[in-house]
Amino acid sequence: MIAEIGHFALALALLVACIQAVVPLYGAWRGDARLMAVGNTSAVALIVLIGVAFGALTWSYAVSDFSVQNVYENSHSLQPMLYKIAGVWGNHEGSLLLWVLILSIFSLAVAVLGNNLPITLKARVLAVQAMIAVGFLAFSLFTSNPFTRLDPAPLDGRNLNPLLQDPGLAFHPPFLYLGYVGFSMAFSFAVAALIEGRIDAAWARWVRPWTLAAWTALTLGIAMGSWWAYYELGWGGWWFWDPVENASFMPWLAGTALLHSAIVTEKRGALKSWSVLLAIIAFSLSLLGTFLVRSGVLTSVHAFATDPERGVFILLLLVVAIGGSLALYAWRAPLLKADGLFAPISREGGLVLNNLLLTVACFTVLTGTLYPLALDVVAGAKVSVGPPYFEMTFVPLMVPLFLALGIGPLMPWKRADIRGVLHRLRFVALITLAVWGLVWWRATDSSPLPAFGIAIAAWIALSVFLEFSVRIGLFRITLGESLRRALHLPRATYGMMGAHLGVAVLVAGVVASSSWRTEVIRAMEPGQSQEIVGYTVRFDGVAPAQGPNYSAERATFTVFRDGRQIAVMQPEKRFYPVSATQTTEAAIRTTLIADLYVVIGDQTAGQDVWAVRMYYNPLVPWIWFGSLMMFGSGLISLSDRRHRIGAPTRARAPSGVSPQPV
Amino acid sequence: MMHPVRTLLAFVLLVLITLPAMATQPDEILADPVLEARARTIGAELRCLVCQNQSIDDSNAPLARDLRLIVRERLVAGDSDEQVLAFVVDRYGDYVLLQPPFKATTLLLWAAPVLALISGALLVTFVLRRRGGDPDAAPALTEAEQRRLDGLLHPAGGKDSGA
Repeated sequence: MIAEIGHFALALALLVACIQAVVPLYGAWRGDARLMAVGNTSAVALIVLIGVAFGALTWSYAVSDFSVQNVYENSHSLQPMLYKIAGVWGNHEGSLLLWVLILSIFSLAVAVLGNNLPITLKARVLAVQAMIAVGFLAFSLFTSNPFTRLDPAPLDGRNLNPLLQDPGLAFHPPFLYLGYVGFSMAFSFAVAALIEGRIDAAWARWVRPWTLAAWTALTLGIAMGSWWAYYELGWGGWWFWDPVENASFMPWLAGTALLHSAIVTEKRGALKSWSVLLAIIAFSLSLLGTFLVRSGVLTSVHAFATDPERGVFILLLLVVAIGGSLALYAWRAPLLKADGLFAPISREGGLVLNNLLLTVACFTVLTGTLYPLALDVVAGAKVSVGPPYFEMTFVPLMVPLFLALGIGPLMPWKRADIRGVLHRLRFVALITLAVWGLVWWRATDSSPLPAFGIAIAAWIALSVFLEFSVRIGLFRITLGESLRRALHLPRATYGMMGAHLGVAVLVAGVVASSSWRTEVIRAMEPGQSQEIVGYTVRFDGVAPAQGPNYSAERATFTVFRDGRQIAVMQPEKRFYPVSATQTTEAAIRTTLIADLYVVIGDQTAGQDVWAVRMYYNPLVPWIWFGSLMMFGSGLISLSDRRHRIGAPTRARAPSGVSPQPV
Repeated sequence: MMHPVRTLLAFVLLVLITLPAMATQPDEILADPVLEARARTIGAELRCLVCQNQSIDDSNAPLARDLRLIVRERLVAGDSDEQVLAFVVDRYGDYVLLQPPFKATTLLLWAAPVLALISGALLVTFVLRRRGGDPDAAPALTEAEQRRLDGLLHPAGGKDSGA
């Protein structure tokens, strides 16, 4: 019964979404305030209905109702409750439901918080949001119904994929989707603005916080996924340029570009049509990401072809959403006139460079991800595009971006004196060069490139500190006055500096962990010890262990440093009988500067000899510290009052100007 | 009745998951650390053909192990890195290379980033040039704004306000 209620609510939601997609739009065209107001009511109805559907599916999972096919395929009665719930979005059908639920939350936010928006803009935004909802609800109902029943009901379920039974991955999809769907706000505003044929500061002031919120969530989602890969996949890698990873990285890159271009649009009234285009691109890539991962098209073109129903629907949805919005853009964008003029050497110029490099980087990742697919379809030839390609094309684009990151924030709007800015940066540049030389000398690498990477991180970090000291007038005015200024800096400024500092920390982690890691692979017997970068690791043996829904072989290692015992590490190999799969659980001991990473492998038949892999990964935790700093900075920036106030009310503006004597 | 896509996905996942990623095994490692280091570098460039986007170095599939052993065999026999890669490509085709070779079918792949950067830079230069103008000049007032300004500067009587 519960599942049927959910199914019914989903069908009703489609109906409501259809109404919301048409009526407010028509109302805005006719200038009918009553018709436009329909969007406000329907947004509430939509979230209630989708909430009921999502709740019904979650309930079916929580009570393990295996007569629901979706629950049967992705859950098991012995699974811990956390993973029963995570199972709701750990599959194609349920994740679509989560997607529309988040979409309806964002729509509600527009309906409730958008009273200071021009009324026609608000109505159009709500209509565009509803059009997206129609697409997804129809896709869910007609091709991916999560409420399909099984008769007779099976006795027990088939288990959630054990790789997904992990706290890091349980919350990875919701954050990813918050990011993907968050970009729908920027998209809806962009399309609404194109229909209106007008963009003003109010538009950018609305788009910025929503883009920032989406970006913040996506940052955390991607970081969680990479952290999970690091400790769960068992060989210490954290980024593989896998199509699935690229699918989430592309919207992030486009979103980062949009975040920066929207600043120029808000503050200077320039880059208007470019910001609109970026908003369309960011969401289009989110759509692509959602479907690339879920459709299986990346595994093989043929998987796509074997399920024509879903495949055709997906293609249709992508063509309508992306093609439609781009066509609208081509038609209407010339109406959006920019008025903020600026010289090439200026803050705006720096942000344009940022956008150029980020967009090209995003395009490069897109090319590398889709090329094998395209070549297979067009020429029938098979080619692999792996990490070496992305490292050769993506990294060279990041170097100028990071160099510019140090310079850009120090430049004033409109026009900058590049000599003066570089003069300010001379000490930062000197220290950066010194770091490069010192690290190269100390690391005794033959190549200067890893040390250069660390120097780039130092360059970013130092220039952020320089920017901070310039802003608070450090050493130019009294210390007390500087402190007072520091306290009064806007939170958005702290957010920006924190995020940039996070980039520095992330870069250092990426460079060090991929350049200087130490690896030991050997067979060990209990009692044997192995030296690795100053640690002595003794293998004590392997014992069986039992989890709630798996059995495990748990190894014990004792770690010594300078003859003193400092840690016991217990990597596991888990076996999940229901799905007959095995997972590895690495044991990780972190000093925050470096990780010691131990994995237990196969046993030599008939002997107490085990394959053991150990890694010493320098600075690898910094990858996630850096990501967390970016996430936290996003939150700090979002809490800035100026973001929350939103746009000033248009109608009040004229009377608000008091006729003061000039 | 299982869905065809799901059957396929399940199969792929099975291949991926039933083989915990232990990759290079202790018994494969060459005694000579220089040769072994070269073997690892080559291994990272070769695709495990039965896996989804994994190098043979990262994979535990039997086929990946075979390839690792072949790579080491060729190295011990005195092949250069290029000869080893050529040996593997001869048998498995370009698909085995994680770094796609530079040839007619991949021309677009390698040219795309460069072309995008150049055309993007040209576009930016062109647009900024065309827009030009003095950034310090205030944007022209609209007619309505001009009227309002006039109204403020010259209130009803037409006299200057108390400036």
